[in-house]
Amino acid sequence: MATTPAVRARGITKNFGDVIALDGVELDVDAGQVHGVVGPNGAGKTTLLGLLLGLAVPDEGTLEILGTSMRGALAVPDGVAGFLDGPGLYPSLSGRQNLRALAALRGHGQGRDQEVDGVLAEVGLTDVADGRLRGFSLGMRQRLGLAAALLTRPRLLVLDEPSNGLDPAGKRHVHRVLGRLATEGTAVVMSSHRMDDLAALCTEVTILAVGQVVFSGPVGKLAAESGELDYRIQCSDQVRASAVASATPGVRVVPPDSGSLRPPGDAVVVRGPVPALDELIARLVGAGIAVRELAPVVSPLEAAFLTLTGLADQSECGDLEEDRR
Amino acid sequence: MTAVAAESGEAAAARPVPVLHGYRFELTKLLAQWRVRLVLLACWLAPGLFVAVVSQQSSLPTDTVFGRWMLATGWAGSLVVLGFCCSWALPLLVSLVAGDVFAVEDRLGTWRHLLIAVRSPQRIFLAKALASCTVILVMLVGLAVSGIVGGLTAVGNHQLAGLDGHLLTPGDTARAVLLAWLCVLAPTFAFAAVGLLGSVVLGRSPMGLLVPAVLALTLDLAAMLPLPAVVRFALPTNAFLAWRGLFTDPAQRGPILIGIVVSLVWAAVATTLAYVLFLKRDFTDLANDGAGRRGLLGAVVPLIAVLGVGVLIVSVATPASGTGVERAKLERSLATSYAHLYRLQATELNRPDVTEKQLRTSAACDKGGSLVEDRGPGNDWRCVVSWHIPGSAVTGQASYQLDVTADGRYVADGDGPKEVNGYFQVHTPQGDAPNPLWQFDGNVDLLADTSKG
Repeated sequence: MATTPAVRARGITKNFGDVIALDGVELDVDAGQVHGVVGPNGAGKTTLLGLLLGLAVPDEGTLEILGTSMRGALAVPDGVAGFLDGPGLYPSLSGRQNLRALAALRGHGQGRDQEVDGVLAEVGLTDVADGRLRGFSLGMRQRLGLAAALLTRPRLLVLDEPSNGLDPAGKRHVHRVLGRLATEGTAVVMSSHRMDDLAALCTEVTILAVGQVVFSGPVGKLAAESGELDYRIQCSDQVRASAVASATPGVRVVPPDSGSLRPPGDAVVVRGPVPALDELIARLVGAGIAVRELAPVVSPLEAAFLTLTGLADQSECGDLEEDRR
Repeated sequence: MTAVAAESGEAAAARPVPVLHGYRFELTKLLAQWRVRLVLLACWLAPGLFVAVVSQQSSLPTDTVFGRWMLATGWAGSLVVLGFCCSWALPLLVSLVAGDVFAVEDRLGTWRHLLIAVRSPQRIFLAKALASCTVILVMLVGLAVSGIVGGLTAVGNHQLAGLDGHLLTPGDTARAVLLAWLCVLAPTFAFAAVGLLGSVVLGRSPMGLLVPAVLALTLDLAAMLPLPAVVRFALPTNAFLAWRGLFTDPAQRGPILIGIVVSLVWAAVATTLAYVLFLKRDFTDLANDGAGRRGLLGAVVPLIAVLGVGVLIVSVATPASGTGVERAKLERSLATSYAHLYRLQATELNRPDVTEKQLRTSAACDKGGSLVEDRGPGNDWRCVVSWHIPGSAVTGQASYQLDVTADGRYVADGDGPKEVNGYFQVHTPQGDAPNPLWQFDGNVDLLADTSKG
């Protein structure tokens, strides 16, 4: 059986005037794969997703979408759907009318209403579909945008921040839909600032920084890139715990003014390899200090992201810090 | 490596959405806007109600052409509506639709989604332009039908006195009224094209919404000035006035044809400019909504050039000179109108019928006394009409004061003798009736060659 990757990018470069948005990006996305694209603001995520949706063409390099080489803008083959910068719907129409109009635009004839009902049910918006879009929350709009993309029965789904504004129930709906699509062979490329989303959904992740790929591979491999993590220790006596940590070989106490991300409150933050941390716990217990919590300050994925993008040592990690909270 | 199973080699090539689908999509979006719905409803109801109500009153809108005939025939109401629409209402209605059709996507941030769905900026443009024109057409039809129905219901299907006083049968009136509404299609679409251009050039700015209305207001103000006729004929607003020429015998076809051609040229140029500027836009750049000084210049300069070329062509191809308002034309027009209306008065008064030929009517006009040149618009024209009563050696004379506007329309106000034009009503065997010679409207053909008569 002949096989074709959903996305195959080789050395793609995209400039906007003097600004290099993408610089030699390589990307492979296979059918049934949920591929995360992450990076700090201005890293080139939106530009990359725009190229996948056919909004522009690379200045250099080759890009193949579903086996078709992209030689002009808006030349993506059938089977590519998604959204960029929000779901792009019309507030003067109801949710259902938006979907019906889009279905009609794409030439879905008979059975259009059933299809619309089907995708509305899939994203959990059946009950509110007849309300004006003006009354929809951001999360509901995101789900409606996903429903609009589903109408095309995509083989490649490109989503920009699909989890934005979603409540836990909405997020469950979206995760379920994306999981189902991947199972059925649809390739999903999504950007997100939320590492927990990526961890829960993605099989592979590409990290961009200043237009370049700094990591691309399985999520499990990304965690290994995190290096030594910072851990917060909540215990019965912070002062003594700090002294014990300082005396433990291989463990370094991270001072409060180090600029690294710190948890709220007055927990002790330490850094060191796992064996050294084991030793620290044993010493704390031996010293009669009750350990209430030991947890990484940031998740391994987030730590890897911060390390790879060079943001680990910066105090301004706006989006991530905000998201985590 | 997992891979997509390709059933037949490469995936299907990109297929832009058919224009018809895009057109329906745009129409759906336009008709979902409460503003557009409200305007459509108003277009289909307001003129009929206005005409029906005004036709029941003794006070008529005599400052509008045909307003004084609203009690005489139901067709006059629709022409009053048309005159009113042509002054500013149509450009404003056009603004509300075409002036926002592109800008709305900028405000909603939906360009990228539309491009992804349709896959062809050309087709998006075409669909938007066609949908706008459809809505505008429905508005225009509503205005026409509503006014006609309101007038015919309230007053009835009677004959109408034209702008040279000749009587049009109800059938001829119906034909002329429908043609008049058809004539304004061309300038309406010219302003719609300017609206599209404004919407493309000014991006998300609400200023785009006002472009046709502001242009119409500017041109209306300019038209109030005694502009040279060649300039007047090169303006897209000319066809908004030229339809009046349908109500003279013979019809003043020259201004109508020029007006329609000029309007269509403006429509074509503005649409082409909008199309070119739209296709040049970089939709990958979120911050760029297409607005900018270069785009603005790219839109304004060609339109000014069109105006310049239009003036040049009209000046070469037509005999128009000066303001087009000249003594000889005015005298000819006034004498003709008077003769026709004299016959109408004679019929009302149950006098023996006479023909215009028998009356041998003539007029002598003077503008502002001996110190002022007898040409150009103004309310200081004084004219004396003379006529011969068949079988009598006496020559009748009546004075009129004329208020002539720069577009060639005039109102002749009777200045005596009171037996002829001194009273606004005459006593007829059926009761009092409006005196057609007391005050009447006329229309000078600005294009006509003075040497003809």
